[in-house]
Amino acid sequence: MHASTTAVRDFRDSRAHFLRIDPLMLVATLGLIAASIYTVGTATQDDIKGDPNYFVYRQAAYAAVGFVLMLLMTRFDYSRLREWKLGVYTVLIGSIVLVYMLGFSARGSRRAIELPFFNFQASELGKLLLIVALAGFAVDRIRRLTDGETTSRLALLAVIPAMLVVAQPDLGSGLVYLAVLGAILFIAGTPWTHFAALGGLAAIAIVVVLVAAPAVGVEVLKPYQKDRLTAFLNPGEHGGKEAYQINQSLTAIGSGGKTGRGDQATQTKLDFLPEHHTDFVFSVVGEEFGFVGAALVLSLFALLIWRALRTLTMAKNFYGALVAGGITAMLMFQVFVNVGMTISIMPITGIPLPLMSYGGSSVITTLMAIGLLQSIHAQARETAAGKRL
Amino acid sequence: MYLDNERRPTLTPQLAFRVAVIGGVALVMFALVFFRLWYLQVLSGDKYEAQAQNNRVREIKVQAPRGEIVDRHGQPLVENRHSLSIKLTPDKLPEDLGTREQVYRRLAKLLNLNPRRFEKRVEGELKAVPFAKPTVKQDVSQDIVAYVLERSSQFPGVEPESEFLRRYPYGQVGAHLFGQVGEVTEKQLKDQRYNGVSLGDRVGQAGIESEYDRFLRGRNGAARVEVDALGNLTNTLKRHQPLQGKQLRLSLDLDVQRVAQQALEGGTGKGAFAVMDANNGEVLALGSEPSFDPNIFTRPLSQKRLDALSSDEFGKPLFNRAIQGGYPTGSTFKLITATAALESGHITPDTLLNDPGVLKVGGQEFKNSGNVAHGALALREALTVSSDVFFYQLGQYMDEKGMPLQKWGHRLGIGRRTGIDLPGEAPGRLPTPQWRDRWYKQGLTDRPWSVGDNINLSVGQGDLLANPLQMAVAYAAIANGGRVLRPRLGLRIEDASGQAIQQLDAPTARRLKIPQADRDAILEGLHGAASAPGGTSTPVFAGFPIPIAGKTGTAEHIGRPDQSWYVALAPYPNPKYVVAVTDEAGGFGADTAAPMTRRILAELLDVHETGLVQGGGSPD
Repeated sequence: MHASTTAVRDFRDSRAHFLRIDPLMLVATLGLIAASIYTVGTATQDDIKGDPNYFVYRQAAYAAVGFVLMLLMTRFDYSRLREWKLGVYTVLIGSIVLVYMLGFSARGSRRAIELPFFNFQASELGKLLLIVALAGFAVDRIRRLTDGETTSRLALLAVIPAMLVVAQPDLGSGLVYLAVLGAILFIAGTPWTHFAALGGLAAIAIVVVLVAAPAVGVEVLKPYQKDRLTAFLNPGEHGGKEAYQINQSLTAIGSGGKTGRGDQATQTKLDFLPEHHTDFVFSVVGEEFGFVGAALVLSLFALLIWRALRTLTMAKNFYGALVAGGITAMLMFQVFVNVGMTISIMPITGIPLPLMSYGGSSVITTLMAIGLLQSIHAQARETAAGKRL
Repeated sequence: MYLDNERRPTLTPQLAFRVAVIGGVALVMFALVFFRLWYLQVLSGDKYEAQAQNNRVREIKVQAPRGEIVDRHGQPLVENRHSLSIKLTPDKLPEDLGTREQVYRRLAKLLNLNPRRFEKRVEGELKAVPFAKPTVKQDVSQDIVAYVLERSSQFPGVEPESEFLRRYPYGQVGAHLFGQVGEVTEKQLKDQRYNGVSLGDRVGQAGIESEYDRFLRGRNGAARVEVDALGNLTNTLKRHQPLQGKQLRLSLDLDVQRVAQQALEGGTGKGAFAVMDANNGEVLALGSEPSFDPNIFTRPLSQKRLDALSSDEFGKPLFNRAIQGGYPTGSTFKLITATAALESGHITPDTLLNDPGVLKVGGQEFKNSGNVAHGALALREALTVSSDVFFYQLGQYMDEKGMPLQKWGHRLGIGRRTGIDLPGEAPGRLPTPQWRDRWYKQGLTDRPWSVGDNINLSVGQGDLLANPLQMAVAYAAIANGGRVLRPRLGLRIEDASGQAIQQLDAPTARRLKIPQADRDAILEGLHGAASAPGGTSTPVFAGFPIPIAGKTGTAEHIGRPDQSWYVALAPYPNPKYVVAVTDEAGGFGADTAAPMTRRILAELLDVHETGLVQGGGSPD
């Protein structure tokens, strides 16, 4: 492990280090955070009587904490995490189980642990923990990456926490875990045949969960979860709450037109749009700022994902590439499923929009993940610079 | 592939390809999202904008009170009263039937209704008219409204509404004329007459309420309000005050109407009357016995009670005999026979005909009632003593080419609607050879037309069907110089303070050419009938201070008591009013209908009478 000590020594010159981070990624990050605070601020002015800034202050505080953590992560030698993979994985499973147990006493909600200022949602942080751990396990089997055994081991490692969070019930996070698994396997070079096999298994699982199990009387998904998954297929005909949410979201986004309704954004202000500061925050952007605003936010996400992918290709080591790949997948999946949900091309799964949706767990986790990307980027440029010398 | 984790990896072709795949997926997805956003926001923006407006803006209708209806002196006949009712709003009711049933049960308990029947009725109404708001209960107390409002979470979709209902301060008085108010039907909505009326509005559904609906109905107010997702009001955008409908003044005289109804109540239980200004057709009273209290229609009415109101057993109280009834009129028809005979040249006022007490035609005997023989007499005396044989002969003569009796009957308004401003009038029937022969061909009767039919008609018997209003119109025409009037109830449209806004034009009358000498002869005969010795109603009008002309009638029904008729013109010789009264089972005209007429005339002409009016006189 002498190499990592060298790395740490090199980083003592912190000014030089910060010059090596990706400025475009930082711009995208800051832009999205700013957009989030502004949007959450306008959307929640009337939500809590007498405290118009309740949500915006909290979101700003989460962003500040997350930003500090991001900077710390930037300076952190991410390769250390590879060594800690078992510990990280244990924390991942442990925190989910802990939520499971503590959640029982907290009014039936088993998604979060209530802390004095903040509900800690273990499944959010779990997204990053899973990436870090899974990449570590993959690197361990670097010479047997094309073995079926490697693929199935990694799959099992991801499916266990995924099942646990789905049971919380947090279907969205479970799906993100599976997306992360797919990305890490993909970057690791898993053969296409393995993906085909995994895809087949997934298809069988879906059939069992949605069709076969209910037929014999075992309900794996809660009815509302099933409704959410199927409502987007025909929101007009569905009469339920899910169809209502989708229709209100479409109305909000559509009514925004080219440049938005600003103060007249009645869908948001009069509460027609549900969850307007969390899952449906993109609909608020669409209504208040129109196509221009929505396109701007999407462009920032595109910039972020582009820089993440570029970091993947630059990483100085395989572990860094895998972690960057996992983070890229996490961001991409969440952005597309969330935005897709608001414009009715994806089902409702309860996935937040990274950096934009109100919520400490999500914002802080995402900022830490971006910090990790910056660390990979900075170290890669450092190594390259060292070689050039 | 990396060979060593510790070294800077080279980008293998496989990794480069896979990264490119991820980039490609991202590109496709971003493109998809952008196109979808373009479609939603730029191409369909207007549609969604409208939808968002629709979401937040609600129109709340504020029901306008209808105009009141007053009598000719401004006495209120139909007023409004304020009522609180509990209604259901379909789009706020729970969608799931089980939850809905719970709400129904709670409501039924609160309002003391039978839960099963209540649910059946409401669900039926919801299914029949999906957007209507079914009324759960009308006239609920303020306490119940407060209870429901305070527990709105227990009563989703249940809303109190304040509405105006009709009130009839004099109960049965004029009940048959006003008609009801009810929710507009889909068929009516398509009708030009109901322009500006929208679903759920209440319009006149019968009687005067329907005839003058366009004046009586107000303009509903509306408030455009902004609501949030929970339906809470956040802002009032615009408000139109409701505008009450206009007041309608009728020609009806409340006191005359009341006295006339009381007079009829003293009869055998079924009858009708019409009191009209003989010169301009203004109807002062019009009614039918038995009557009912229209106030019952302003509350939900059970089918059983509704059925009772139109059942034979109770004399069909809803049936307006004055304009919908059809009866033989007995000798009151002789005025028409006399006119026809004079104008077709069969007699002059002084032509003498012999009345031996019976007329034999083709082996058939037509007798005077009471089998009296009046001897030789002319028209005046024939009317005064009501000689049947005199008129039988006229009927016999007039069974000829051109059928003058039918011609003049038709001209005087028999067998056709009078055109009064009330819906539902029946034309009745003036029998003609064509009619009878057609019926015979169709097998509806046992024989074709014969001269006997005309002889029967000449004294108001046989197949004749007429009602009191038609008789009043015919008598008025002889009294006023030959104008066949169209009776009317509506006088003028006023504002709430009684200031005239619009006079309702008097309808035009048909003019008949009848020489004054002929009319005078008829009126003299009728005056004699009420005043001369031997006159059929002379005893009834003994002591009445104002001279009148009047004719009794007794219509025979097979297997039933005789029907009593009386038609009066007063004051004689320049009649201002015509009064026609019939009692379906009153016997001789002088027994029942004539005393009733005297009571009505006394009220009409301001005669204060002491003591009971006695019926009686000679048969007619």
